[in-house]
Amino acid sequence: MNVFMFYLFSGIILICSLLTITTRRILRAAVYLLCVLLSTAGLYFMLNYQFMAAVQLTLYAGGIVVLIIFSILLTHHITHRFKHPDLVKLIMGVGTGVIGIGLVLATIFSNSFQPASVQELPVDMTVIGTQLLSTEKNGYVLPFELISILLLAAMIAAIVIAKKEKNKNTEI
Amino acid sequence: MIQGIPLEHFLVVSTIMFFIGVCGFIIRRNLITMLMAVELILNSVNINFVVFNRYLYPDQLQGQFFSLFIVGIAAAEASVAIALIINIYRKLKNIEVENVSELKF
Repeated sequence: MNVFMFYLFSGIILICSLLTITTRRILRAAVYLLCVLLSTAGLYFMLNYQFMAAVQLTLYAGGIVVLIIFSILLTHHITHRFKHPDLVKLIMGVGTGVIGIGLVLATIFSNSFQPASVQELPVDMTVIGTQLLSTEKNGYVLPFELISILLLAAMIAAIVIAKKEKNKNTEI
Repeated sequence: MIQGIPLEHFLVVSTIMFFIGVCGFIIRRNLITMLMAVELILNSVNINFVVFNRYLYPDQLQGQFFSLFIVGIAAAEASVAIALIINIYRKLKNIEVENVSELKF
């Protein structure tokens, strides 16, 4: 059952990510991206990382995809279709992809990974919250503070950039 | 870890997904589609972190925390990018990358 679900999720991820970049309608691309993110959350659930899967569902599938769909609706006609990409760019892109996949897979399969036999740490919210705010060993308070400053900066930047400029003539 | 699935199969999935993202970033000329390709790349890296954490070091949580931070950075990046895209659309009335060079000095 687990094995079947893993290959089902992997199949959905691969097919939908391929469709995301090849479809010619941009709204469909966003929906295929949503399928990819949902099946990734499924993989996290299978690996017993429930909190990670919940973050993936709410932040990625809930937040980012909705943001992308809104910006598509603001900037495109719904019937708009892309032109086909020109041949040189297509060959270069596919060539980069194929060569990269070949190189990385050759590297992966020339190594042997031994799964560790130590006891699995139970991942519940208490462990995550304690480690995120501790300054001891295995504590992550510094990246946590860094990312909160980054989020604040991104929020201010997004508001400042997207703000409508005041028309100076009407003020006088 | 999942019984019966070796670590390499996860790595194959995330590798193919990463290079599909790279390929889409090269061949597409639309800003929002390029943003979606970047999201694919970030997502495949997240899978790698989580799987290495679960299979090789199951007594620690580094992989999970760093994928949490990557998700946060991806959200910040998407919000700033979409603010920029909407602003470019106001000025140029479309969001193809070729036209953005008009914003140069």
